[in-house]
Amino acid sequence: MSQINIKEPSVVIREKRLGTINAFTGAASEIVEQSAKGQLKDCKRKFSQCLGCNQQQAFCQLAMIRDAVVIDHAPIGCAGEFADFNFTYRVEQARRDLPPALGRYFCTNILEKDTVFGAAKKLEETIRLAYDRVHPNAIFVTTSCASGIIGEDIEAVVDAASKELGIPVVTCTCEGFRSKIWTTGFDAAYHTVLRGIVKPAEKKTNKVNIINFWGTHVFDDIVRRFGYEPQYIIPFSTVEELSHVSEAAASIHICPSLSTYMGAGLNQLHDVPEVLVPPAYGVAGTDRWLRAFGKLVGKEEIAEEIIKEGHEKYVPEIEKLKERFKGKRAYVTAGAAHGQALITLLGELGMDVVGAAVFHHDPVYDSGDDKLDILGQAVKNYGDVPDYRVCNKQACELVNALNRIKPDLILARHGGMTLWGAKFGIPSLLIGDEQFGIGYKGALNYARRIDDALDSIEFIKNYSKHASNPYTKWWFDQDPGYFQGDGSGKGCAQGRGGF
Amino acid sequence: MSGAIEQPRFTCALGACQSVVAIKKGVPILHSGPGCGVQVSRIIGQGEGYAGGSTMPCTNSEEADVVFGGEKKLRNVVENSFKVIDGDLYVVITGCTAAITGDDVASVVGSFQEEDKPIVYVEEGGFKSNNYVSHSRVVNAIIDQYVDKFNEDREVIPGLVNVFASIPYQDPYWNGNLEQLKRVLEGIGLKVNILFGNESEGVSEWKSIPQAQFNILAGTWAGLDIVKHLKRKYGTPYLHFPYAPIGAKETSKFLRAVAEFGELDQNKVEAFIDREEKKFYSHIDKMASFMLEFRYGIPRRFYSLADASYSLGFSKFLLNELGIIPGIQFIVDDIPEKYQESVLEEFSKISDLQRRDVKVVFNPDAGLDQLELLEDAKDYEDKRLLILGSSWDKHIADELHADLLIISVPVQHRLVMNCGYLGYEGGLRVIEDIYDRVLATYR
Repeated sequence: MSQINIKEPSVVIREKRLGTINAFTGAASEIVEQSAKGQLKDCKRKFSQCLGCNQQQAFCQLAMIRDAVVIDHAPIGCAGEFADFNFTYRVEQARRDLPPALGRYFCTNILEKDTVFGAAKKLEETIRLAYDRVHPNAIFVTTSCASGIIGEDIEAVVDAASKELGIPVVTCTCEGFRSKIWTTGFDAAYHTVLRGIVKPAEKKTNKVNIINFWGTHVFDDIVRRFGYEPQYIIPFSTVEELSHVSEAAASIHICPSLSTYMGAGLNQLHDVPEVLVPPAYGVAGTDRWLRAFGKLVGKEEIAEEIIKEGHEKYVPEIEKLKERFKGKRAYVTAGAAHGQALITLLGELGMDVVGAAVFHHDPVYDSGDDKLDILGQAVKNYGDVPDYRVCNKQACELVNALNRIKPDLILARHGGMTLWGAKFGIPSLLIGDEQFGIGYKGALNYARRIDDALDSIEFIKNYSKHASNPYTKWWFDQDPGYFQGDGSGKGCAQGRGGF
Repeated sequence: MSGAIEQPRFTCALGACQSVVAIKKGVPILHSGPGCGVQVSRIIGQGEGYAGGSTMPCTNSEEADVVFGGEKKLRNVVENSFKVIDGDLYVVITGCTAAITGDDVASVVGSFQEEDKPIVYVEEGGFKSNNYVSHSRVVNAIIDQYVDKFNEDREVIPGLVNVFASIPYQDPYWNGNLEQLKRVLEGIGLKVNILFGNESEGVSEWKSIPQAQFNILAGTWAGLDIVKHLKRKYGTPYLHFPYAPIGAKETSKFLRAVAEFGELDQNKVEAFIDREEKKFYSHIDKMASFMLEFRYGIPRRFYSLADASYSLGFSKFLLNELGIIPGIQFIVDDIPEKYQESVLEEFSKISDLQRRDVKVVFNPDAGLDQLELLEDAKDYEDKRLLILGSSWDKHIADELHADLLIISVPVQHRLVMNCGYLGYEGGLRVIEDIYDRVLATYR
């Protein structure tokens, strides 16, 4: 279990806290085993492609707090994502029947002279400007590679501003170079919220924190059935609502890769218990999750009712669709826990998961509880995934693996990767909504979408004839893990490679 | 401007990696933090292209590289980029981390150049400039470190021109615009190196840059550093047409300026212009009755939040060809002060018939610009307004019930393929797109 220390301004990075790695080649069972034994080693790559950074993951959690402002203390390039998240923010407002509002994001616009003479004054001015223009209830200051290397005392600036303006002004330390694991950015955002916004509980409420991105509100009916109120955090919360998340009765994870830190933080600091089983993906997974939640809130009989109803309502159709997936070979590419959840779903739907390119691997979560091990459960319930690779979102590794494995279906979760399935003429499916696959209905949702994807081959086959391919023949002749570690093609794992 | 920016509409120096993506089989290699490529894609990217987006090689700087330097890592990534990615030209661009820690990129890349690999480098650092400026630095680096190798004893080819106009990806319509410019310049008898996008032959075309008879820059300021550099280096003269030519009036003016500068065959040029104008105005003739007689509202006044080149080009076009009057023009490209006077002067000449005082605001902090726009619009509540801007402006357009034509990044509310707004055909496309948006609002 990692110790959450909110006295420190910066979160401890994931590779130090959890031993997270971003390179592995082997079978899923091997990574599960080595995680449990603490044997995983990380290694460098001799070739790499654009990844993604802490700041972007931090920003996605902070940018949709409805009455807060985010200031990116950075050169203007780091603000490239502002518009993208504003678009998401506004589309999701409409889905939640919220009035239209603009995402209020400011960039301090660090220039060369600021790297020499200092940028602290610029930050001060930007905080004031943002406050005057928006009058937010909180201001978050995200840091960048440039501000990090200049190394000024940002804490002093925000503390002074907070006193002057009478609202929380809180830093979020998320320089891109700070952690090799981009999901450390989620932790950084949660650290910021735990440290600067969440207040000690004055009372306990019947709310349940659902720590998520901005997915569909699939937990409403379930949580209410148990007599609790769902509270989806952090996007679309207000500053006031966030200050009271400590009062909730429980926290739910939709993806432990996302919320391990927040769940543990609320538990350790404010005694909010977490539901510590893998998220409710697949029929068996949903049964297990409902029982765990029922047990946590002391209403196991309601869990049994929902399980019975769910099986009656959804399982027959799932079973029917499963017939059509028999013998189909599937491949998964996604962030860690969500990728493992997709493996679970595909296993549940009777497909043969032949490989996965997952972006990183957390051997353990902040709760320290091994019951959250999604992959371990998936391997136990549905069998091994022979080619499980931790690819650090390196497209070349995915492309190479796909070229060898030639699966019948690719399930992806992240832009820039799904494309490669289509280029090879393989039906590919990207579902952005993390909650789309949750519960019994979620399993059916996926089954239907997979059925559609497998059916809709005309475009894929036509496109693949004309798609560009920038990779060389030499690369396709190497093992996909060639650049992991010493160039042996076996990654950094102790285990064997192979398919 | 050096202050804070809300609603950015350009990116940092590293954004010029997209100029490399726009060259056929061009491969950018970022020596930068891990998130930089994503940030560039998010504001100006349009898919991956050949080797952009997630395909783009990057050193993904980490803490150790910042402390101990990242030269060794860069060498590995460059060496393996040649093996993994099939490219004609590789361009290393440095981000903030490498710039601050002071990696000797010249020496790393230099060793590959000595082996005659097609690779160049640009030492940028995201904070050093923005992508309007660094586009020129990337182009000049390619010329100096690569193109120049092929320039021994080569002669000027009469009638060959290099064209610099839209900045790839920063101008969302770059590909279509460059196609249109190439078409009309070929129409008046020139051979055109368009250098970026579908109509370019790729790197082989770049090799003939030094042989051009003259260079053309169609744009206000970005790109001036390229044509000036080429003049110094190869003595190639250049014509600077200071905005985007949109529609018949301005495109004909542009072509006549080019023809005069290049001493082209007058008859041939005028024959082409005549043919194009006849086609263009036949369409205006068809739609004039709609413009004059449509019973319900169509926009009569417009604002723009755009770069200087589009702001001028669209203002001239909308005023003279459609009768839509320019309101405040917010120029958001961080145009250096030394060029601002020339923009004001060009606006003062916007009408041939009367003096028009167009209010121009130079401020990349578009959040503030929007507040000023909303304030000004209060005086025009009787008019249907048109806003030329980006996806950032959707919410003010909604608030004002104004029509929005997106001409600037970020673009989230339309899909762009080969649409271009420059030239004769581009002008027609502008008209279609504006009134498509207007008419779609009726029940």
